[in-house]
Amino acid sequence: MSEPQTNEAQKNEALKNKPSAKKSVKWGEAPKLTILDALYLPAIVSGLATAVRHAVSGKATTRQYPEVEPEIPPNYRGVHRLNRDEAGRVKCVACYMCQTACPANCIEIIAAPAPKDDPHWKDRDKFPATFTIDELRCIYCGMCEEACPVDAIELTSIYDLTGMTREEMIFDKEKLLSVFDETVKTGRDPVRTNRGKLGPAAELSSTAKDAPPPPGRGKSG
Amino acid sequence: MINNLINSLFEYWPVLWPALAAIGVILAVVPFLGLYMTFVERKIAAYVQDRVGPNRVGPFGLFQAIADGIKIFLKEQLIPDHVFTALYFLAPAFSLITAMFALVVMPFGPVATDYKDGFRFIVAPGIDIGILMMLAISSLSAYGIIVGGWASNSKYSIYGAIRSCAQFISYEIPLGLSILGVIAITGSLNIEKIVEAQSGSLFDWNVFWQPVAMLVFFTAALAETNRLPFDLPECEQELVGGFHTEYSGIKFVLYFLAEYTHIVTVSFLTALLFLGGWHFPGLPGPSGASTPILLLGLGVLLAKVSLVVLVIILLRWSLPRFRFDQLMGLAWKGLIPLGLVNLVGVAIVLSLGLPKHLLIATVILPVLGAYYSAAKFNASTAIPNATRQGLSPQGAVSYE
Repeated sequence: MSEPQTNEAQKNEALKNKPSAKKSVKWGEAPKLTILDALYLPAIVSGLATAVRHAVSGKATTRQYPEVEPEIPPNYRGVHRLNRDEAGRVKCVACYMCQTACPANCIEIIAAPAPKDDPHWKDRDKFPATFTIDELRCIYCGMCEEACPVDAIELTSIYDLTGMTREEMIFDKEKLLSVFDETVKTGRDPVRTNRGKLGPAAELSSTAKDAPPPPGRGKSG
Repeated sequence: MINNLINSLFEYWPVLWPALAAIGVILAVVPFLGLYMTFVERKIAAYVQDRVGPNRVGPFGLFQAIADGIKIFLKEQLIPDHVFTALYFLAPAFSLITAMFALVVMPFGPVATDYKDGFRFIVAPGIDIGILMMLAISSLSAYGIIVGGWASNSKYSIYGAIRSCAQFISYEIPLGLSILGVIAITGSLNIEKIVEAQSGSLFDWNVFWQPVAMLVFFTAALAETNRLPFDLPECEQELVGGFHTEYSGIKFVLYFLAEYTHIVTVSFLTALLFLGGWHFPGLPGPSGASTPILLLGLGVLLAKVSLVVLVIILLRWSLPRFRFDQLMGLAWKGLIPLGLVNLVGVAIVLSLGLPKHLLIATVILPVLGAYYSAAKFNASTAIPNATRQGLSPQGAVSYE
């Protein structure tokens, strides 16, 4: 502890040398309150004016859903389907790639050797005897679609899947094939994956891009 | 005994039936009005937020209110284990009863001050303490909320109730003060006479002589109705549901009918006390008027009331909620001084017999108040010169 006087002088000296005392220091100041601000009323009136402006603009952003359907992008990840090849057989070769890739463990495949004596299947080794997807467990990430080496499993643009029981939400092979028939028939979902390219979640496939706009869909609200 | 009763009933029948008819009208219309105000509020909220709002039930969603009503009437009566049952049931009823009871002295259509027999648009005409009675009874509705909060035996409910209690007590004062100026100018507590005094030209309306009083009245009344921006007793983010956290079904509806009845009351009071009631320039007064003129007056009054209701609803969607200390500060540091000074101004003008036009000078009061509070705020946020030069350690950052 030093003498009080010298202490005071030192303190003043120190304060003068502080960065805050330098000319280069720019002092930020709180904006000044004007009378109009403190009166509140102009702010309230302008708030009311904003509210009224929006109320009378008549530009609602709401979509009347069941009447006006949403625009579904071509790479939308909705309900799955199992694609058929040209001969109408299931494209799937039961390689288990999708089942392995699935992060939600919702795909279950039981493979069987293709019936060699049947001319219909003579160029195939394996086919899925059963192929079930639990649509309730699925997180619709599209990884099965990316993993598939033969473009057999695809996600469609069906977004309004509902069911009354858990059982009916577990889709078997026939159901998944019927989803393919349905969506291809209505033209809303052309086959969109192409082997060797990135999956549809990464880029829109060329087939989907060139496809005609789906009828009855994509009306803007 | 019973004969006497029946006899006196017949004797007083000419006086009795208009009151009974008016009670019937109020009991039939007000709950319906409350129900439909929820619909109007939802629609306006939707339009303000660029949405569509309820539009599925009936044309333009007009039956939505009825559907809501049916739904909520059919709801299960849920009574939590921990409530004080009797009070729990009484509180919402008390809330609605006091809210409706305040309507007894309120003219809901043109009422002539000569009070001839026949139907009049008021239950109890010629009450000479009308406005006083209205204020007294409507402030009783705080009990409904406090008892409900207490009976719910839950911390959110009691916090809501305590807030509501503090808010009611604080805002009663500016409410009364603002009306006092009008009463002093009119010289009567009778609502019909206050409206009667505003007949004639547009500039007889009290709003032109008492703009500050109207501002204070409207703000305080908004607080009395527990509406945004003053809905601290039920603010969802802090208190779940406030005093009605534990209420559901029909009991919850009673609370909300009470709230909407309050809005109706407040809107009517604003229209009657400040906006000339059923008077409109060129429209003859109600005394001795024919039925079409009376209906026209009713239309004028209802139009003014709807305008006030519209402003109240729009305010809800444009202003954020107050913090509790701001709420109290607004009442005690803003509205009460304004009301007091306004009242003093009215008293000076009236007692010295000065021209009435001087009353308009009261608009300078809020401006002065704003100037004072702005200057105070700016002084408190300004950085002292000594700090700038580094001479004062106050406000400067130490680097040691």
